[in-house]
Amino acid sequence: MSSVELIGMISIIMAGATVGFGAPITAIGEGWAVSRSMAALAQQPDAAPVITRTLFIGVAMIESSAIYCFVVSLILIFANPFWNHFVNLAGTQ
Amino acid sequence: MDITPDSIVYWRSGPFTINATLVFTWLVMAILVLVSWLVTRRLSTETSLSRGQNLLEIVVDGIQQQIRDVTQQDPGRYLPFIGTLFLFIATSNVLMLVPGFKPPTGSLSTTTALALCVFVSVPVYGIASLGLRGYLKTYIQPSVFMLPMNVLGELTRTIALAIRLFGNIMSGSMIAALLLAIAPLFFPVIMNALGLLIGLIQAYIFSILALVFIASAARVHEAGRPAERDNAQEEKVDE
Repeated sequence: MSSVELIGMISIIMAGATVGFGAPITAIGEGWAVSRSMAALAQQPDAAPVITRTLFIGVAMIESSAIYCFVVSLILIFANPFWNHFVNLAGTQ
Repeated sequence: MDITPDSIVYWRSGPFTINATLVFTWLVMAILVLVSWLVTRRLSTETSLSRGQNLLEIVVDGIQQQIRDVTQQDPGRYLPFIGTLFLFIATSNVLMLVPGFKPPTGSLSTTTALALCVFVSVPVYGIASLGLRGYLKTYIQPSVFMLPMNVLGELTRTIALAIRLFGNIMSGSMIAALLLAIAPLFFPVIMNALGLLIGLIQAYIFSILALVFIASAARVHEAGRPAERDNAQEEKVDE
């Protein structure tokens, strides 16, 4: 198997694996945060603005790790530096 | 498929290129300036307001209220910077619905520029309210050993701010484009509605996080005197 094929195969597998592991774990974390804040909202409806705002900020913070995974997998697929390097090598030969 | 609008180049001369990011950034800025100029041209203090003035008053008042809630300080100092961030990001995210418009916030260059503005304004606001010595002292809180952690935290949160906005907006437009190829009839509409919601939430989160970073650099000395703060809180409760 040539190096370009190997790089393409591993890139695509890893792009899937990155999102496949990154997104569900992050989703579990966000689910915990939302369920806890729902419980807090039920107990203290008066504090709703503060709880909602803190929830938004916290969920955005947690979500950024899933977004990192997504960005990494997009880079692997659309802007893979190793792939481009070997394609350029093949072009010059 | 284009990941970022940076790769769409309209005009090139030597080292200078004009790409879609620049064009749409200027478009958003022009829209914001034009709308606020048109509305503030004839403001009234009467009981009857024009619709535009009503809208702008609600927006400005809402931003002021949020800043007051988060920082417990006078919103006047933070309003220009935070309000500009929010309005720019929200406008460019909402205009995503217009066909042909590529949101400039979907480009890593724009979000990095915005995050760098936040990165620079944190010490500016901090030094303005604490003085140079007082601001530098916050880096060695609670002890000198935390200095590398504090510096690292300052850098990574700037990167996170940029990548979060970029990733959300870019993924939104990319998912819409993918669905357009798979199920062009109905699903893109739903995804666009979701993209609208996500765009506004991201604009809110970006400006709130910027506000939290700036305010936490600017009010450390108040936290250093707990007795005074407790008194202030008690007074508030009494009101």
